[in-house]
Amino acid sequence: MAKSHVTTSINGQPQEFLCEPGDTLLDVLRNDLNLTGTKEGCGSGDCGACSVTLNGRLVCSCLVLGVEVEGAEVETIEGVSTGDGLHVIQEKFLEHAALQCGICTPGLIVSAKALLEENPNPTEEEARYYLAGNLCRCTGYDKIIRAVMDSAETLRGGA
Amino acid sequence: MAIVIFSSELQKLTGEEQTRVDAEVFKDIVTEISNQYSALEHDELMEMAVAIDGEIIHTPFLEKVAATSEVHFLYRISGG
Amino acid sequence: MSEAQEFKYIGQRTIRPDGFDKVTGRAAYGADLTLPGMIWGKTLRSPHAHAKIISIDTSKAEAHPDVMSVATFEDFVTLQSESVAGTEGASGVLDVARNCLADDKVLYHGHAIAAIAARTERAAKDALDLIDVEYELLPSVMDVEDAMKEDSPVLHDDMFTAGYDEKPSKASNIATRVEMKMGDVDAGFAEADIIVEREFRTPTAHQGYIEPHACTVTYDENGQSMVWCCTQGHFDVRTLTAKVLGMELGKLKVIASEIGGGFGGKTVIYQEPVALVLSKKSGRPVKMVMDRDEVFIATGPTSAAKLKAKVGAKKDGTITAMQGWMAYEAGAFKGSPMVPGVMTMFTPYDCPNVLVEGFDVVVNKSKVAAYRAPGAPQAEYAAEMVVNELAEILGMDPIDLRLKNAAKEGTQTIYGPKLKRVGLVECLEAAKNSPHYQSAIPEGQGRGLASGFWFNIGGQSSVSINMNPDGTGTIVEGSPDIGGSRASMQMMAAEVLQIEPKNLKPIIADTENLPYSAGTGGSRTTFATGMAVIEASEKVVAQVKERAAAVWNVTAEQVEYADGVARNTAGEDSMTLAEVCKSAEKTGGQISGNANINARGAGPSFAVHLCDVAVDKETGKVDVTRYTAIQDAGKAIHPGYVEGQLQGGAVQGIGWALNEEYIYNSDGVMENPGFLDYRVPLASDLPMIETITVEVPNAFHPYGVRGVGETGIIPPLGAVGYAVGNAIDRKVEELPCSPPRVLALIQNG
Repeated sequence: MAKSHVTTSINGQPQEFLCEPGDTLLDVLRNDLNLTGTKEGCGSGDCGACSVTLNGRLVCSCLVLGVEVEGAEVETIEGVSTGDGLHVIQEKFLEHAALQCGICTPGLIVSAKALLEENPNPTEEEARYYLAGNLCRCTGYDKIIRAVMDSAETLRGGA
Repeated sequence: MAIVIFSSELQKLTGEEQTRVDAEVFKDIVTEISNQYSALEHDELMEMAVAIDGEIIHTPFLEKVAATSEVHFLYRISGG
Repeated sequence: MSEAQEFKYIGQRTIRPDGFDKVTGRAAYGADLTLPGMIWGKTLRSPHAHAKIISIDTSKAEAHPDVMSVATFEDFVTLQSESVAGTEGASGVLDVARNCLADDKVLYHGHAIAAIAARTERAAKDALDLIDVEYELLPSVMDVEDAMKEDSPVLHDDMFTAGYDEKPSKASNIATRVEMKMGDVDAGFAEADIIVEREFRTPTAHQGYIEPHACTVTYDENGQSMVWCCTQGHFDVRTLTAKVLGMELGKLKVIASEIGGGFGGKTVIYQEPVALVLSKKSGRPVKMVMDRDEVFIATGPTSAAKLKAKVGAKKDGTITAMQGWMAYEAGAFKGSPMVPGVMTMFTPYDCPNVLVEGFDVVVNKSKVAAYRAPGAPQAEYAAEMVVNELAEILGMDPIDLRLKNAAKEGTQTIYGPKLKRVGLVECLEAAKNSPHYQSAIPEGQGRGLASGFWFNIGGQSSVSINMNPDGTGTIVEGSPDIGGSRASMQMMAAEVLQIEPKNLKPIIADTENLPYSAGTGGSRTTFATGMAVIEASEKVVAQVKERAAAVWNVTAEQVEYADGVARNTAGEDSMTLAEVCKSAEKTGGQISGNANINARGAGPSFAVHLCDVAVDKETGKVDVTRYTAIQDAGKAIHPGYVEGQLQGGAVQGIGWALNEEYIYNSDGVMENPGFLDYRVPLASDLPMIETITVEVPNAFHPYGVRGVGETGIIPPLGAVGYAVGNAIDRKVEELPCSPPRVLALIQNG
């Protein structure tokens, strides 16, 4: 079957790839572009481990086709930290011990970043509902939410 | 002489609640009691864990017991 | 080891050394390894719950241009049934092999039958349709009580129940019967003023790790075969895989990737031997990654159970007798965690008259695997519910009832020994004084509490600490890091070496870099691998003293080592650790300490949990509004990761109590093999999980450590179950308390 040629931007870098019509963006990121930071937990959009942003919008990359990102901007976990070091959210996750096995962490950090860009001052309930699409089986979410709320405060110029 | 206390499961095979042993090392205790009670299987007992004076030891092969020790055979517990 | 130790580094909330890689996506998990020339494997799975395999025809698949190799059970070495000692206890190797690829029968929907390796994952999946399997359908049995009946379909015609005085003449689904007792329960019940007796059911539930099983393997005829996989115990993967394939241990290297959750479910093998066969037959590296539905239908889960609990007490609350009965589903092959269930059921209580009977029963479901304190949650759930009901009838506070009968140092256990020093009383008192318990139950809500007990284990750990010429060091250990254990290893070594933790780098070695180390599970890692780390560090200190002594022309006994500095007590000289390491070349060679131990003296961990729930009486939905987890950690090396274990266990237990269950149709097919309908807790379901870490030190560990990973999943079932019952004024007997069940209770109660 003939592959499609896609030109896109990933984490601010121009990127081209070939993919089959049925390949998901998740497949392309992991298998073709070696960006394995984005994880597959379910393949059906239920766990959020594959979260990326597409033109600034939080999506499950397992529910996006590779061909759909033609001309778009994709941001993955690999693009969250800048050249200067970790993003505040990444630092707070470490400070608060908000990860145990770490498999959900990339997806959660991408989602948390999207949350705080949309709503820099969420309540605990708003944060919990925004992140409800990211499953974590290890932490019980307590320290994750604390890390996100602390990140929000720091990013707003607080402590 | 250390005391070996049999669990209710092992009592079905020994007919007794407990016995005293001369042996001072676990592997020798197993030999002694499997000789004493024909229904006890030497190899099966060797694979069991043991509690000596309350301390659970999973691989007791060379464990020594004191004359006043209490020994219990246990199923080996694993975890998750 | 004294009870009140001052620590320099232990007890701090350090940043875990592997943290940077985990928050940036750099850390490599099971599915993240790609090798040149790699091809993909996928598995053909049984559409039937129970059937004979008449024939498997793989010829069409093998003829397909994209297909590089095909594997069936024929490719496994023929084995006699044999036990293999691994961290998760003895596993019949033949059963393990038959579970990886079916032999002459399929025993559950999803049972692996054959596997294909092809150039792409999609091509492998598509080619599965080219394999023709002829089945003879058999009636299936999907429920433990049905499976125990005389007329039930039988899964294994060579299974005769063990545990009776006379071997039965008829094959059965009951693999084993066990009975443990002490004292005289009949006399005990005769003495009782109040007797409470109830029956309970718990569902099939899965460990629910977010990372599906994955491996990348290469088979090499010259003896350099390699398996990269996500596992809790790579040495055990090596042992089991080598046995199944008839390979020598030394010819198989297993590398533990980072692991995305295990909880006991990744202490067994599924794809690894299959992938090696595919690699051998194709001459290529092979990657196999399970889809989410495969994880649910063909791995784990934990045993569904039928339980009975009966407790008798005097009017003043003295418990006089406790009796239990349980039947656990093992899945397709024998080996449920029924025995630990029997052993733990009533262990939180000091009662002289106890009798517990248990049955290990096979059914046409996936073979169960360990899940966090395997066997204990189900059994202790039944016990705790009945104890709570007893408290209610007696008009006693449920914590006071437990305090009155609490297991403590010297309490006789049903499984033989007396308990050593334990922290149940301290946990109960902390629960009683907690802000949660001191607060009134909010209007319309229900409150429940429960205790929990788990033994914890020690076992083999091998560690090597290699010092660099600059005074930094590498901690080489063999325990895959499932929850932050590297941080604890770093701190324990730092505490002995008296240098900053950040100067010590913990790495998880593969099976060629270290002697055998038992897997990460059983709440053993901080305890046992920690002990090995401490012992190896002490050897480094001993060598440092010897080298310094040689330089100063004194004896090693005349050198003291403190705060990272060696000092000559017979003179003025001093050398830092870094200086000693820098001159190591001149003083005899590099400095390194190792310890290969079989740790004993693991201390049990008791827990008490409190739960408030609100129930929507129109929909049956239950919300946990407040939750407190209290547990004895002995000594919390890293308080943050200890709290994490308490919280994580609590939330898995909450999920098990409220929503998680396997739903099967009448053909024995699981209808909800995905996270949408297998409903694990979400961030939006929960409040913050308050924690109280109690520290009653375990005398057998240099720093007092008790394992904490597992006990936390036990109390939630009783705490949540009883809270729901209180909220709706009904008796909860069956878990989960999903909305349809809660509504039915409300309406029919």
